[in-house]
Amino acid sequence: MRRNQVAVVGAAETTELGVIPNMSQLQLHADAALNAIADAGLKLCDIDGFATAVETPQQVCHYLGIKPTWVDGTSVGGCSFMLHVRHAAAAIEAGLCKTVLITHAESGKSMIGKQPRFTAPDSLNGQFEAPFGVYGPPSMFPIPVLRFMKTYGITHEQLAMVAVVQREWAAKNPRAMMKEPITIADVLNSRMIAYPFRLLQCCLVTDGGGALILTSADRAKDFPSKPVYIMGTGESVETPMVSQMGTFNSSRAFKVAGPLAFKEAGIAHGDVDHLMIYDAFAHLPLFGLGDLGFMPYEETGSFIADGNTRPGGKLPINTNGGGLSYMHSGMYGMYALQESVRQMRGIAPAQVPNAKISVCHGVGGMFAASGTIVFTNER
Amino acid sequence: MAEPQRARPKPTPETQHFWDGTKAGELRLQRCDACAHVYFPPRPFCTSCASRKVSVFKASGKGFLYSYVINHRPAAPGFTPPYAIAVVELAEGPRMMSNIIDCPQTPEALELDMKLEVAFQKLDDAITLPVFRPAKG
Repeated sequence: MRRNQVAVVGAAETTELGVIPNMSQLQLHADAALNAIADAGLKLCDIDGFATAVETPQQVCHYLGIKPTWVDGTSVGGCSFMLHVRHAAAAIEAGLCKTVLITHAESGKSMIGKQPRFTAPDSLNGQFEAPFGVYGPPSMFPIPVLRFMKTYGITHEQLAMVAVVQREWAAKNPRAMMKEPITIADVLNSRMIAYPFRLLQCCLVTDGGGALILTSADRAKDFPSKPVYIMGTGESVETPMVSQMGTFNSSRAFKVAGPLAFKEAGIAHGDVDHLMIYDAFAHLPLFGLGDLGFMPYEETGSFIADGNTRPGGKLPINTNGGGLSYMHSGMYGMYALQESVRQMRGIAPAQVPNAKISVCHGVGGMFAASGTIVFTNER
Repeated sequence: MAEPQRARPKPTPETQHFWDGTKAGELRLQRCDACAHVYFPPRPFCTSCASRKVSVFKASGKGFLYSYVINHRPAAPGFTPPYAIAVVELAEGPRMMSNIIDCPQTPEALELDMKLEVAFQKLDDAITLPVFRPAKG
């Protein structure tokens, strides 16, 4: 795909984030969509392309009253929205639609109008993982960690620092769920969830949503906000079964999606001013730094522990506080995208000065899928 | 009220031989007749060369502890925390999720790369699960 031909011209989260007991999941989609429409200065009738995950496009389009000529219901977990951005950019370039709305919402905490996740007993996961006691992401996502730690000499303290640093970013963000500073000792003394991970190394569980509006770069200059261009994109999937990953020393989906996006954008790692790596759990930024080629895996733990990703560090990562401290409704990718867009617009609560290129890397399932978007504010 | 039950696998036509095997006290894998690739989970074709000519064989049941978590909360129905959820790398190459028996469920006792051997845990008349224990000798 050609770089910088499509731009984000509308971006917003739900009016509230956190615990929202007075709104169904479907209404959270609408709340985010209406906020994004207002941000872009558009009307619902201007939207001719639509993408969402978990809920079907027909469900949300009907609820909002949108009549699309292009839809995408790609639903590969929390990075679905990265894939939607990639697919939407291709659709706009191909002339299938002009103005795409992408919505995410999840009543992850309050569970209003949300279908519980279910593993069918005759699925492969149901036959070859569920009988051994996996029960929700905390029991599955950390399964590769001990092997990764042993292979690369990563320490428990380094993995605790991921949470400490992200709390530093969250402290600067009025909308972050958790803002109180924490120490390595706080992390390592928090309640055990699934060894080696403790409570503060696991994502929050919240309600919320977000929406993006994309159009061609040529039209983007006529919108109220500074356009944020899609510079490069990548996507891949590996396996829905964490036990069947090719290796626990890296993620194949990350290693396909990330480099694709870098190549398409034509950038080197030193060009990246701001980085989001979807952090459902504390090991993901380490996998991301290694799989995206920022540094050898052996250095990822010390890179974070030495403060390189904290406020004022040379590579700011997860500047909204991340899934560990900002919010995590279940499919966090949309919030990572929102933060990248804020950083490129120059309006983030913890703004990285003069940031021109932001890389936003997402995961779906337990390393099952991945999507990477490179944004820039210069065409 | 009945105790909550452990998740029970429901075989499909493609996996029935595996579950017949565990019931008979065998861990069964598949090998491609064309390229000799050994793979898991079960399916009637080779994931390496796409050949449909594949054979079921009895695996050695030996392997090593590749990685694990010790789950504390939330515990799955039918499990008493803390319990380890392990991934075992089999001598024949494929990995599978399982549980480790006859071993304390602690980081000290569960050493990565420790040698394991298969054991069989009967759930009911139809389903027996493959689990692993520290290898003797």
